[in-house]
Amino acid sequence: MTTLPEDKAVPVAEGLFSWPGRPRLTGGTCAACGTTTFPAQQSCPRCTGTDLRATPLAETGRLWTWTVQAFEPKPPYAADGPFTPFGVGYVELATEDGSGTVLVESRLTVADPARLAIGAPMRLTFIPLRRDASGAEVITFAFEPTGESRQIGEAP
Amino acid sequence: MNVAIVGIGIHPFGRHPGMSGLAQGAYAARQALADAGVGWADVECAFGGSMAAGNADTLVSDLGLTGLPFINVRNGCATGGSALAMADRAIRSGDHDLVMALGFDKHPPGPFNADPEESGLGRWYGETGLMLTTQFFGMKIQRYMHEYGISAATLAKVAAKAFRNGARNPHAWRRQPLTEEEIARSAMVSHPLTKYMFCSPGEGGVALVLCRADQARRYTSRPAYLSAVSLRTRRFGSFEVFSPWLAPAPPGGRGGPSTDAARAAFETAGLGPKDVDVLQLQDTESGAEIMHMAETGFCKDGEQEALIRDGATEIGGAMPVNTDGGCLANGEPIGASGLRQVYESVLQLRGAAGGRQVPGQPKVAFTHVYGAPGISSCAVLTR
Repeated sequence: MTTLPEDKAVPVAEGLFSWPGRPRLTGGTCAACGTTTFPAQQSCPRCTGTDLRATPLAETGRLWTWTVQAFEPKPPYAADGPFTPFGVGYVELATEDGSGTVLVESRLTVADPARLAIGAPMRLTFIPLRRDASGAEVITFAFEPTGESRQIGEAP
Repeated sequence: MNVAIVGIGIHPFGRHPGMSGLAQGAYAARQALADAGVGWADVECAFGGSMAAGNADTLVSDLGLTGLPFINVRNGCATGGSALAMADRAIRSGDHDLVMALGFDKHPPGPFNADPEESGLGRWYGETGLMLTTQFFGMKIQRYMHEYGISAATLAKVAAKAFRNGARNPHAWRRQPLTEEEIARSAMVSHPLTKYMFCSPGEGGVALVLCRADQARRYTSRPAYLSAVSLRTRRFGSFEVFSPWLAPAPPGGRGGPSTDAARAAFETAGLGPKDVDVLQLQDTESGAEIMHMAETGFCKDGEQEALIRDGATEIGGAMPVNTDGGCLANGEPIGASGLRQVYESVLQLRGAAGGRQVPGQPKVAFTHVYGAPGISSCAVLTR
């Protein structure tokens, strides 16, 4: 899942995560009330403040809930290749500076209910969706159970 | 000024090739007018809508060009509830004496394919495969089962009840009872919810004629009174469909628009859950019915397991839920769905629900509809 050469991979959208380098999800923290959103947004839905700062989120967290997407979604879902079911969940993440917490909805690398459990430790990774017109791999963020993480270059 | 419902009409739910959603709305409107014994020219004002089947106000070219004010409503799954709320206010304010609320829809087979940008989300949310209501339903009940000890067997029991009730309802779509085993063993759609635990987008239409309560007996000997109708959107901390992120649970719990809307409706009506004899709760899937029982105040979190096991939510139980088969047996034509619940409530209060009539002459009915992106509408009806 993590065998993505950085020069050939492009994020599915700007602002979701830092890339390339040391990739982290990018939240937004409200200067007035400390609420953290994901993605970052212009105003705070809790206190209506408009001073929000970009905040990197921790790489690891715990699975808060999950399901499995068993059928191929209709457009705008856009992925290459034959459809295979994928996991979806919310992962509870601290901000990297430890000041806040946010539950981020994410694709999961695992789709087998026997390998998913509420409370399980999860780690950030990136998965390919499709190739764009220039041949670059379009990627998005995902989480994998930490017990199953692999080194870059290792066979899946 | 109090408000009564004096005419009800429905076009059967299901699939109707060759018949537009608008035509199903017109059919329901004519049924409601006939039920109240009035003509279209008597209607002073109308509110109506659909999500995917056209503008309700174009119905005037079919029903009659009388010049009445007709306002289109488009408010997601709460479209019908919103039309009802505005019809209620149009009478309560003293502006009008006789008003129509209607809703209809016609969706293609398969799941809804919502547009992220229409919901204020980035296109990436849909491109990466997260823009599905079914995922939200699976993840919300997954967490709820974990926190409150609801079993997978209870999910199947809710769906089995829906199809049993639907079998007794002539305008339902799915009228074939299924066993709990057939439901549990059907294809897994969004774990832990299987195919037969989900409702499907469908077709249908519902119309209601409302009037000043003091004039109700001009039109019917069995008026149902609309004691309250409320509408709420989500507040910070609640867990809603199409949410790329959630806040940690606030102290006191996540709450939600269903809790807020139910509380507001009961407060206005001067009644509480214990006074209700028959209730219709949004059951887009069987998990939703279970969670909405607690969110609307009919039980505490976790009590559903025993209540459902002991038959409390059956017709004839202490709190009959979704007596017409709900969304599970009727499908979900979005614009019509919330008003179907009100149609069923009026039938039950009239004692005219036939083979699915709740015994003991119910006096108070409750309805609840929920939808994206976190909106609920509730109503309390009495006779």
